[in-house]
Amino acid sequence: MNHAMSVNSASDLHQVSDRLAHNAMRHVSERIIEMLLFAAAAVSVLTTVGIVYVLVSESIHFFQHVPLIDFLTDTQWTPLFDDAHYGIMVLISGTLVSSGVALSVAIPMGTIIAIYLSEFANPKVREVAKPVLELLGGIPTIVFGYFALLIVTPLLQKIFPELPGFSLLSAGLVMGIMIVPYIASLSEDAMRAVPMSMREGSYAMGATKLYTAIHVVVPAAISGLAASYILGISRAVGETMILAVAAGMQPNLTWNPMEPAATITSYIVQVALGDLPHGSIGYQTIFAAGLTLLLITLMFNIAGQWLRRRYREAY
Amino acid sequence: MQPMTTEQIRVLIARGKLKDTLFQGLGIICLSIGLLVIFLLVGDMLMRGLDRLNIEFFTEFASRRASQSGILSAWVGTLLVMLVTAAAAVPLGVAAGIYLEEYAKRNWITDIIEINITNLAAVPSIVYGLLALGIFVYTFGFGQSILSAGLTLALLILPIVIVATREAIRSIPAMIREGSMAVGATRWQTCRYHIIPYAMPGILTGVIIGLARAIGETAPIITIGALTFIAFLPPAPFSATGVDGASAGLFDWVMSPFTVMPIQIFNWTSRPDPAFEVNAAAAGFVLMGMVLTMNAIAIYLRYRMRKNIKW
Amino acid sequence: MQTHDKPQLKAEARNLNFYYGQTQALKNINMPIYDKKVTALIGPSGCGKSTYLRSFNRMHDLYPGNRYEGEIRFFPDNSNLLSADVDPIEVRMRVGMVFQKPNPFPKTIYENVAYGLRVRGEKNKRILDEKVENALRGAAIWDEVKDRLQDLAPNLSGGQQQRLCIARALATDPELLLFDEPTSALDPIATGAIEELVHELKTRVTILIVTHNMQQAARVSDYTAYMYLGEMIEFGKTDEIFIKPQDKRTEDYITGRMG
Repeated sequence: MNHAMSVNSASDLHQVSDRLAHNAMRHVSERIIEMLLFAAAAVSVLTTVGIVYVLVSESIHFFQHVPLIDFLTDTQWTPLFDDAHYGIMVLISGTLVSSGVALSVAIPMGTIIAIYLSEFANPKVREVAKPVLELLGGIPTIVFGYFALLIVTPLLQKIFPELPGFSLLSAGLVMGIMIVPYIASLSEDAMRAVPMSMREGSYAMGATKLYTAIHVVVPAAISGLAASYILGISRAVGETMILAVAAGMQPNLTWNPMEPAATITSYIVQVALGDLPHGSIGYQTIFAAGLTLLLITLMFNIAGQWLRRRYREAY
Repeated sequence: MQPMTTEQIRVLIARGKLKDTLFQGLGIICLSIGLLVIFLLVGDMLMRGLDRLNIEFFTEFASRRASQSGILSAWVGTLLVMLVTAAAAVPLGVAAGIYLEEYAKRNWITDIIEINITNLAAVPSIVYGLLALGIFVYTFGFGQSILSAGLTLALLILPIVIVATREAIRSIPAMIREGSMAVGATRWQTCRYHIIPYAMPGILTGVIIGLARAIGETAPIITIGALTFIAFLPPAPFSATGVDGASAGLFDWVMSPFTVMPIQIFNWTSRPDPAFEVNAAAAGFVLMGMVLTMNAIAIYLRYRMRKNIKW
Repeated sequence: MQTHDKPQLKAEARNLNFYYGQTQALKNINMPIYDKKVTALIGPSGCGKSTYLRSFNRMHDLYPGNRYEGEIRFFPDNSNLLSADVDPIEVRMRVGMVFQKPNPFPKTIYENVAYGLRVRGEKNKRILDEKVENALRGAAIWDEVKDRLQDLAPNLSGGQQQRLCIARALATDPELLLFDEPTSALDPIATGAIEELVHELKTRVTILIVTHNMQQAARVSDYTAYMYLGEMIEFGKTDEIFIKPQDKRTEDYITGRMG
């Protein structure tokens, strides 16, 4: 009996030291894994650094030729003509008008669909509708471009006979449809993440579904909704192919969606399709335009995040 | 306030329910518009492009004659670019998401990474094209290759994958994590055996949305200057190169020039000859088919996984 | 024949059966709820006490596949709460509920309490202010929050949140107030406060409370019902149930031999 006990405790000791060594190994491999994961996270920072570096360094060359004040105030954009003008407002107006049209479709529609799917639709409808919506969001923008040009524009021309073959309106509407799934899907996720107990609390007070949705679920999910709107805005401002195909590519300083106009993005595509030599002023304009685009999206993004924080405090 | 009479309450409820019904109608209308658009798009492209949808369309290169043009180089190019994109974006994105949710300490480095990702998700795709033009094409000298395009699109969808990973991880109740740690699992074991499996449906959703976006991206690839007229395929691994019987390396294809489906479509539709419109419609239909298949596979996987996990 | 110590009926379950899909969760329950009294529902987990409670405000109607049989008669109007032509919303406007875990809305303290009033279309600021204050006083939380009514409710402590939820339910003057294990997520001190509150509230409202804690049932209730496997085993005055239960199963549960 005694003998057996001592054998046991010796092997116990052995096991303990084994376990400690194993723990040390575990610790080292944990550190290595953590470093690898950190490196992956750092890639996103490098991406930003790269973007800023490329855009700024090429833009510096550009602004050595073109004074900033001309860039901001000139009302013409003709960088490839002999009489070159570099008024970015021309491109910005096209970008803002088309985005405005798109968002006035996408935000209401996306939010309504999200509320409907999350709070009203029976699970079967939701399980079918969400993937179909994702599919709509997955349709390549080039395909949407031709949809705008070949289907939507002719339809709109039946309502507005004076509408030209290329217009910001047509491109903007289709852009809006394209953005709906992003907003609907992300907003629906955010609303479904709201705990059921919170809805029960509202229903127990005698509230209807819509009242519960608007007064409890939406406020509880507001930061997710805001995130989806910000994504929608960014998609609209940065959308390229729909505009390149359906809005025409001629620079036009206008606030009228019924007119054709180039946007910042469609201008970049137009230049990239041509054969501009690396380092020429024409080549540099696309980086200056890109920098402007980035600053605009950044501005919306910061405004969005500020709003989001404010809302979070209010609710 | 006088207590409400039963009559008043019933009027109030009737009004509330009417609003519910009206809203429900509105929701169905909005949803139907989306369905209608898909229906119109697919129907229109199928009707226009039906004549060209035969085997030769997939096995022929692009040609000056519309009726002899095919999408061989385009669909091969798209598949190879997606391969590079997925190989880069999925591990990077998931790892970054796990780091931020499970490892990152609250300090300024983490803050910078987080703010950075939020802002990157909002950066327009064409700006990634400019980045790639400056860095991959000219600085690294990758040229207008599959590698340049694949990495560009990987960076583009990285925030989508990261955000989806993080959201999926965040929705896992803390008790699961605590339960695993309590029985002595390390942080990585907890991630490996609990967090990642449970977060998988959400991660997959993000990867699908990301790849579905990448496959149709045209602008950044136009920006890096991808050629639109390619009448050859990238070298297959170990195939003969035609130079002294030397054979291609395993990864030679990544440096090859290429074209992709959306660029081929854009090219065909910008031609004045309407005969090419038919090709564009047919190619558009094929591209939609690719997107649809990807979605279907991922949705299927997601449902399978969701069925297995309940709490 | 009603005597003085036998109070009036507020509600009465008659042959109540309830099904989750194919599963029968409540079996032929018959039970009175007396006006301005506290009735406790006790029994082991899964015995159907919460299911029974949630029938009183038709919470089961929120989910598909649920089915009631039988009646819950509600007095003084003698309506059947479970009748197909009674709107669940109408029922919920008369019957308040406090949940297992505090579930304040992501709104200010004030708006949480005003919620039910706004649902009923009340817009008069003066009336709202008055009712909110009354409800907060009624829930014994007024002194703690009167200076920060515009703070967010989710920032309150768990016990405060639960009392806020009670205030939210009280604000609309319900005739019956349902408590679904209201202290199971709270610490002993917060639990004590809620128990005291339940005791005070019975002067203004009829209370039905589910509890997993027998001492709690003994402390706060006038009547107790013991449920087991979806059946009502025994119902009676709390002191009688706890001192000399009639049914062997009740006795086993109370003395700790089961559950």
